[in-house]
Amino acid sequence: MSAAPVPGAASAAPADDVARSVGTKSWTPYALLSPGMLWLAIFFLVPTVMLLRMSLSSGSAFAGDGTFSFSWGALQWGNYGDAVSKYVIDSPIFQKSLIYALIATVLCLTIAYPLAYTIAFKAGRWRNLLLVLVIAPFFTSFLLRTTAWSTILSDSSIVVQFMENTGMLTVLHAINTPDSWPTWTQIFPDGLTGETRVLQTPLAVILGITYNFLPFMTLPLFASLERIDVRLIEAATDLYSSAFTAFRKVTFPLSLPGVVAGTLLTFIPAAGDPVNAALLGAANDSLMGNAIDAQFKATGNYPLAASLSVMLMVVIVTMVALYVRRAGTEELV
Amino acid sequence: MTDLNPLSSPVSGVRPTGLSRRGFLRGVGATGAAAAGAGLLAACGSDEGGSDTGSSGNTDKILNFANWPLYIDTKRVSGTKTYPTLERFQSDTGIQVNYTEPVNDNEEYFAKIRPILAADKDVGVDSFVLTDWMASKLINLTWLEKLDKANIPNFDNLTTTLKSPTFDPNRDYSLPWQSGVTGIAYDSSLTGEVSSITDLLTNPDLNGGITVLKEMRDTMGLILLDQGSNPADFTADEWASAIAALQAAKDSGQIRQFTGNNYAQLLAKGDIAACIAWSGDVIQLQFDNPNIKFVIPDAGGMLWSDNMLVPINAQHKANAETWMNYYYDPVNAAELAAWVNYICPVDGAQEELAKTQPKLAENPLIFPSQDDYALLSIFRALTDDEETQFAAEYQDIAV
Repeated sequence: MSAAPVPGAASAAPADDVARSVGTKSWTPYALLSPGMLWLAIFFLVPTVMLLRMSLSSGSAFAGDGTFSFSWGALQWGNYGDAVSKYVIDSPIFQKSLIYALIATVLCLTIAYPLAYTIAFKAGRWRNLLLVLVIAPFFTSFLLRTTAWSTILSDSSIVVQFMENTGMLTVLHAINTPDSWPTWTQIFPDGLTGETRVLQTPLAVILGITYNFLPFMTLPLFASLERIDVRLIEAATDLYSSAFTAFRKVTFPLSLPGVVAGTLLTFIPAAGDPVNAALLGAANDSLMGNAIDAQFKATGNYPLAASLSVMLMVVIVTMVALYVRRAGTEELV
Repeated sequence: MTDLNPLSSPVSGVRPTGLSRRGFLRGVGATGAAAAGAGLLAACGSDEGGSDTGSSGNTDKILNFANWPLYIDTKRVSGTKTYPTLERFQSDTGIQVNYTEPVNDNEEYFAKIRPILAADKDVGVDSFVLTDWMASKLINLTWLEKLDKANIPNFDNLTTTLKSPTFDPNRDYSLPWQSGVTGIAYDSSLTGEVSSITDLLTNPDLNGGITVLKEMRDTMGLILLDQGSNPADFTADEWASAIAALQAAKDSGQIRQFTGNNYAQLLAKGDIAACIAWSGDVIQLQFDNPNIKFVIPDAGGMLWSDNMLVPINAQHKANAETWMNYYYDPVNAAELAAWVNYICPVDGAQEELAKTQPKLAENPLIFPSQDDYALLSIFRALTDDEETQFAAEYQDIAV
């Protein structure tokens, strides 16, 4: 707390006042920040450090005395080697997680943009009702909603029968990674769907993720679209721009903060989600969330689980940093 | 708690469904939801629960017991839920039971208690119920107290087959609460009888139409039996050959999914024709669809138990032993078995149940005959190295 030298500091009483007020000013922001900082320190920084430490430790929760040992002299970088050889090279679970999440995010954006646009500009008195409908799925458990999809996509369901009879399944099944390609590229080894089934195929997992994260895309998009001053669009059309050009040059750029926020809120959790793959995915359709879950709970290999988590975190943070930088949306912050 | 278990919710408050014991969450990894469920039930035990005086030791008339959801008899009396056998225990012994249902998943519960036990602290529960293999781990980790058999005279009622599993040959640390069988379930309207694991894993008619359990010991135990090995005593080579069979089945696309409890739903909808299943679930599925059959493979089935265990530093160990003794009285065991529908590990309970519900007493999936028992094996204890290696090999296929 260092008070700046104040003119007229010779007279005691007013100088005190000034000093106090200046001192308080420099101190206040930190005081206001402290609850948040403390929270982050305890619930983010400390766990992250523990996670990093665990990822370089050795030991197993199920063997020996059930504890882990960590030493600076013997950092277990091999955990990362195992993680890469198991989940990147031998079986492309890591790539698959990112690709599934990416496809789901693009699908979400495609579905949510027109939806948010309609709610923001065209819904009139239905606006609030529509917004409630967007949020409505949250009233039911995530797990139940995902389970419901396994009924909707059941082999004998109308949806799947329709897709089969119209030949859609044949086409989707044909979208696959050829057997001759190396293992680490086998993202869709058996096609996007089966010849006669959707459940327990990549498509089901991607649809599940898309469905579950749709509101996270819709709401930020709506929030940024809603703030747009319609007079700007009117001005564009007054200046002889077509409706499409007005959208491309005015509406869309102004909605970018929503697009960025929405894609981040969708992509980040989607890349680590284990539920959709566990319930809707096939035996060879596990994602990173499942791998971490299995290593942590079923094999008690906490160090490997931790290094997988760190790997996922680092890659996602890098991707996000590049993306946000490219999108250049200062307004987000 | 019914929120957690969509499969059982339609009948909540009526009969228990066998499905709920294994928890829908198993293997799904939705930790958050499970944690929420654990909290919900914390107050489930008794009205006066939690009258802890702060003093410790076995003189307190208190027992903190943690079990799986819907795993004890309840009854609705004029709108309120009562626990007949539990309440009788309280009035007989004067021991106040704080009965909670936080165990949804062995691994998840282990993850919760592990740091506490590793630090040699008291988990705050005098006894909890976990499956054989997890009990085995806790024994190896020396995190369990040895039971004082003098306090459990009814121990002798434990049925012979369950008396000496390799992980606890004298039952020094564990006592089964209920047991169950892992075998094959199939839908007879979709396939002929599937009576062997070879058939299940290689029959081309079933390609893409079967599931196996994520739980290593259930699936691998059945494969070992099928190959003529003994899950209670097998070698590394036998294990390797069983793992190869599983890998081949996965590579051929035979296995549609590695499931937790959700196979029940797939089977009920007809998405799969056959699967590896738990007996208790199938009893329940059969109510809705009589075409669903459960078979113990000719080569044998797996027998597992959920065991009452006392963790180190438990405050009321003697009370936990009194509780175990109470539930090993055939009269009480019969009452519990009639409600829970899993295999009752207590000899004499069948005769007791025959007096009140003769039909249930004849059900071989609750009271297997000696011939049935002869077909069942208990997975052997694994050394630390085996545990690490086998679990990793299995998970590489299952994930």
